[in-house]
Amino acid sequence: MYSEKVMEHFHNPRNVGEIEDADGIGNVGNPRCGDIMKMYLKIEDDTIVDVKFKTFGCGSAIASSSMATELIKGKTIDEAMNITNKAVAGALDGLPPIKMHCSILAEQAIKSALLDYSQKSGVHIDGLEDFDPTDDPHDHH
Amino acid sequence: MKKLIYMDNAATTPTRQEVLDDMLPYFNIQYGNPSSVYSLGSRSRTAVEKSREIIGNMINAGEREIFFTAGGTEADNWAVRGVAYANKDKGNHIITSKVEHQGIIHTCEYLEKQGFAVTYLDVDEYGIVDLEQLEESITDETILISIMFANNEIGTVQPIKEIGEIAKERNIYFHTDAVQAIGNIRIDVDELNIDMLSMAAHKFHGPKGIGALYIRRGVKIDPLIIGGGQERNRRAGTENVPGIVGMGKAIELAYENLDEKNEKLIQLRERLIKGIFDNIDHVRLNGHPTKRLPGNVNICFEFIEGESLLLSLDMEGIAGSSGSACTSGTLEPSHVLLSIGLPHEIAHGSLRLSLGDNNTAEEVDYVVEKLVGIVSRLRAMSPLYEQFKGGN
Repeated sequence: MYSEKVMEHFHNPRNVGEIEDADGIGNVGNPRCGDIMKMYLKIEDDTIVDVKFKTFGCGSAIASSSMATELIKGKTIDEAMNITNKAVAGALDGLPPIKMHCSILAEQAIKSALLDYSQKSGVHIDGLEDFDPTDDPHDHH
Repeated sequence: MKKLIYMDNAATTPTRQEVLDDMLPYFNIQYGNPSSVYSLGSRSRTAVEKSREIIGNMINAGEREIFFTAGGTEADNWAVRGVAYANKDKGNHIITSKVEHQGIIHTCEYLEKQGFAVTYLDVDEYGIVDLEQLEESITDETILISIMFANNEIGTVQPIKEIGEIAKERNIYFHTDAVQAIGNIRIDVDELNIDMLSMAAHKFHGPKGIGALYIRRGVKIDPLIIGGGQERNRRAGTENVPGIVGMGKAIELAYENLDEKNEKLIQLRERLIKGIFDNIDHVRLNGHPTKRLPGNVNICFEFIEGESLLLSLDMEGIAGSSGSACTSGTLEPSHVLLSIGLPHEIAHGSLRLSLGDNNTAEEVDYVVEKLVGIVSRLRAMSPLYEQFKGGN
């Protein structure tokens, strides 16, 4: 059902944990649907120098979180803003159709953490104007 | 490759070697069509009828009351739809429960679209149907009560005798989906006032693709498949002779030394439950502590999700199942777990381990040991667990 890449990231997820003095924290999903992602960012000079995540969810939710952190670590805020759910799913060699919402959740987790950073620091981030972190990814099927 | 520890016997079971041995000649040596007149055909007929008699005897039914189907879901569909259509001049009301197998629930929903009215009985925290509500739900229009014998997910065994008495007293047909119970529990259809009963061979070490519906003599039911007159004009099509032979052998073996086997299974079940409860916190047992199938263990692990649990167990060579949304193919967790009152987030973290004759105490201990590590790893990753610990 899952690609080898998904299984590999599920069994050896990168960047699991919390960042105590995080500059931005994103929290998306809800326990009713069976998936929650929490993402912590450490940002210096417009660059994501560290990222950690915690996820409650299925194999693809954990793998998507792990892949998302890999894709944004060391990247600028603009670069991170351009990471789409398709990029996350693609980097995992694809997800089953019914699991695509996991990659959407990962994209939302990144944006939600950046939004938190923007609000706390006052730094404007292009592209977050219309972002709604409570948007339900399950509606995107 | 690690040795597989198979604890998903409620999903399916391996076909026993003796069963397979009995079946094989009916593919290429004794392959005649039971309807053919020459001896190659009539020997197949004899084999089919012998199996029918064995199955009938096992539930105290006559052989003329056993009708072969392609499995349990087919038998469920037939019982509900067949009785509904054949008795619609008497009434349009069916009573079932909220914890039935999809083969019953979706058939009832289908019938609702055809103008039938269906009552889905509530269950208590253990998954047992409310008998008072059953009695209150009966109207002059009620033509069928369909309540499963034992639940496929949480293993709870229903008060079938009481339900049978109520149905008999009110002169309403009583069907039971006994797919999980047959081979695990002794069933006497007369003593329990059962009018129809569904079974599937692959749940008791028979082959897949063969099952049966017991239909008490005199029950008014529409035919399922119309054609060449097989199964007494009720379920046409050339008989699955190897499957039927295998089903007969499998049910015979299943009821051999049943008490002894169940005693062993219950010991293993209790060892597994105790092992989990002694070593992992924030777990809950789903289903009734004692009124449950001998091999069924269903446990929720709070703060984690079932599919990731299954994938992790698979890495350790352990096969189980879950009622989480991610394993149901929908976005909702199991309807059974929601019906017993579990909140969504806890229902997502369920694990069913269904033990069988092949499992050992060593396997149970190994599974407990692996579960401890897996649950702790997944909880360490879970924001719900973090939140819970933070709140304490």
